[in-house]
Amino acid sequence: MSEEILVSTLPEFDVLYSDFVKKDERNGYEGFIVEPSSLKEFALSARDRWGYDYLSSVTAVDYFPDQFEVVYHIYRSLGGGALVIKVQIPREDPKVDSLYAIYPGSEFQEREVYDMFGIVFTDHPDLRRILMWEGFEGWPLRKDWKEPYYEEEFKPYASRWPNGVAERIEDKNPFGDNVQYPKGFNPETWIPSGEDALYMGLKRPDKLDGVDSEYVVVNLGPQHPSTHGVFRMAALIDGENVVDLKPVMGYLHRNHEKLGERNTFLQIMPFTDRLDYINSMSNNFGYALAVEKLMGIKPPERAEYIRVIMAELSRIQSHFVAAGFLLNDLGAFFTPSLYALKERELILEVFEAVSGSRMMCNYFRFGGVVRDLPEGLFETIRQLAFNRLPRKIDEIDEFLTGNEIVTTRCIGVGVLTADQAIALSTTGPILRASGVPYDIRRADPYSIYDRFDFDVVVRYHGDIFDRYLVRIEEMRQSVKIIQQALTQMPEGPIFEGKSQYQVKVPAGESYGRVEGPRGELGYYVVSNGQANPWRYHVRSPSFINLTSLREMCKNEKIADVIAILGATDIVLGEVDR
Amino acid sequence: MSDEKLNNPGIEIPPELSNQIAVTTLDKIYNWSRAKSLWPMMFGLACCAIEMIITASSRFDFSRFGMEVMRPSPRQADVMLVSGTVTKKMIPQIVRLYNQMSEPRYVLAMGACASGGGPFKEGYNVVSGVDKFIPVDIYVPGCPPTPQALLHGLIMLTKKIETEKLSEAEWYKKDFNEEIPVPILGPDLIDPRKYDVIKNHTFNEDPFIDGGLVIDQKQGEQS
Repeated sequence: MSEEILVSTLPEFDVLYSDFVKKDERNGYEGFIVEPSSLKEFALSARDRWGYDYLSSVTAVDYFPDQFEVVYHIYRSLGGGALVIKVQIPREDPKVDSLYAIYPGSEFQEREVYDMFGIVFTDHPDLRRILMWEGFEGWPLRKDWKEPYYEEEFKPYASRWPNGVAERIEDKNPFGDNVQYPKGFNPETWIPSGEDALYMGLKRPDKLDGVDSEYVVVNLGPQHPSTHGVFRMAALIDGENVVDLKPVMGYLHRNHEKLGERNTFLQIMPFTDRLDYINSMSNNFGYALAVEKLMGIKPPERAEYIRVIMAELSRIQSHFVAAGFLLNDLGAFFTPSLYALKERELILEVFEAVSGSRMMCNYFRFGGVVRDLPEGLFETIRQLAFNRLPRKIDEIDEFLTGNEIVTTRCIGVGVLTADQAIALSTTGPILRASGVPYDIRRADPYSIYDRFDFDVVVRYHGDIFDRYLVRIEEMRQSVKIIQQALTQMPEGPIFEGKSQYQVKVPAGESYGRVEGPRGELGYYVVSNGQANPWRYHVRSPSFINLTSLREMCKNEKIADVIAILGATDIVLGEVDR
Repeated sequence: MSDEKLNNPGIEIPPELSNQIAVTTLDKIYNWSRAKSLWPMMFGLACCAIEMIITASSRFDFSRFGMEVMRPSPRQADVMLVSGTVTKKMIPQIVRLYNQMSEPRYVLAMGACASGGGPFKEGYNVVSGVDKFIPVDIYVPGCPPTPQALLHGLIMLTKKIETEKLSEAEWYKKDFNEEIPVPILGPDLIDPRKYDVIKNHTFNEDPFIDGGLVIDQKQGEQS
């Protein structure tokens, strides 16, 4: 960087690059609109001249019937607000330059945009469908594409409200099932496209060692005890060493974003619980922030504190699970997990008391939380935060950190350098274990996190062991935040305004992001003033962290791939959405 | 089945042998041993899998009912807990796993999604319940079901097993073949049992994709 840059300010790109950049002046929109032909040039100078080195999110919006818009959110790894850039391309034959060469972290996100919208990214190294399978008919998130169970554009559907009739949606579909086929399709002559593209995409370097051996492709998953769900990796191995590896996902693609566009704003809230199902409170948090930003409201003080307490409790239980399940992957089967799950149960009881459900809390609302802490719960949380959890975190630390299995198998395995971690858009514990002190609670504070005294945990080796240590230490910091929040929490209302089923959300776009246990969880919401979002996108940390999986696994042993994946700590509901 | 029933089938046992032999029917001992040692397959799909793990861990502990050992291999498993949303991309693998399980085999659909599609039913990649493809013995409602609900479902399954009879067991019959054709991923999911229905509609009537853009123009406009 050649000149002094004030980190928190956004340069006036529309003045600096007036040839091909203009300000997005639509009402409720922010950022800059870049000419498609100059996208690469602009991204390069944003990265190298202005320090916007961290591409967080790539997504697209279908402004039917006008154009597609590809939206990029880019940050500085030093902290500060977003540089939002947009590229408008026609709906016919949509093409845009791939930013893979500048931001390698865009690889999977661009594939996702291609999969959902059919936008072709030129010069992308491996442009295939990622969530759906090759050969699937149609581009699901285009506004003119209809799912087989299509009823109406927007909920609530007339068949269900105000006068609901009992009927099976299967009966409305000619095939009697959730399927649709193009005209003239003959299933008997159909040849599935197979997986050649996947296997041929694995890079086979020339043999240098002179040993006459063959490369072998090993598929792990989707049904495999180590993959934490329905996840698959195609690994190319030479002997025991991994030469190349490609994650295959989409086995739990539940069409979150398409359903989100059909639902009303409030109806999406329970769906966000099921994204990262270990950690529903943080998911609620991010979505509530994004919509509140659009609505221009802020929750009352007490609600803010309750939110922070719940989000941090959620982080603790999630990291407990991550630490316990990492040991499963290392071969210490289930004993450490039992210790971790015991503490998790105590936190789940708190969630059940406030929200009525152990896992799917659906607790946040736009402008507050749904109900206050029930009687006696404050004391329970206080006991947990000041007494039980600190002891138990120390206990887990003591049992596991010095353990021989952990040290031998984790230290120096799956290394990701700081530069790689930033370039590959990793977030959360993976980024911080590589020596980048980037925590959104500090870098771009939301809610009331600027009031608390806590440390951003950072480690410098970038291996599995450091990722594990970051998680353990983050639990301690979360306890510290909860302790402060409990002491400061005021009495008062927990909801701003009056509660309603249909909130009025003004037109515009907003991007709300929180530091979830797995990293940056962002929600990109576009409203056109109606009761339903026009576009609803989730920037999920698990999904984007997987971009770095290949880099981490290269030249490691095949057995270590399991441990590396365990330390990446993915949740499949969030990977596939 | 209680021990009392097992030991007292109505046949008198000489007093000197009373604590050494038990007389029972083959059905009873066969069902009793199967029902008390159900091995679930270690197979998780989505959110419900987390509650399944919790049910297996110390607080709820389904090893109390003989379900101690979770087997990742379908060959060694008795019951498949379909724990989570079944997607079109995943159903070929699920059917294949089911085909690989050895008889007698049972399927428990855990949660709303596996039972009927649940909250994600309208999604384009979601199968409306695993029972569209494989036979389900027990449905456990909930989203996700609590561990107690899952335990109840598993106990119901053991009760079902205890009602079965060796002489009527399908899997010992001569021409028994319950191989389910594996679905194919085409332009959409293709069920090989429904070729006729599909062809009937794609060739003769208007297919479901109409290609027309029935979208409200007002919605398309951006302010």
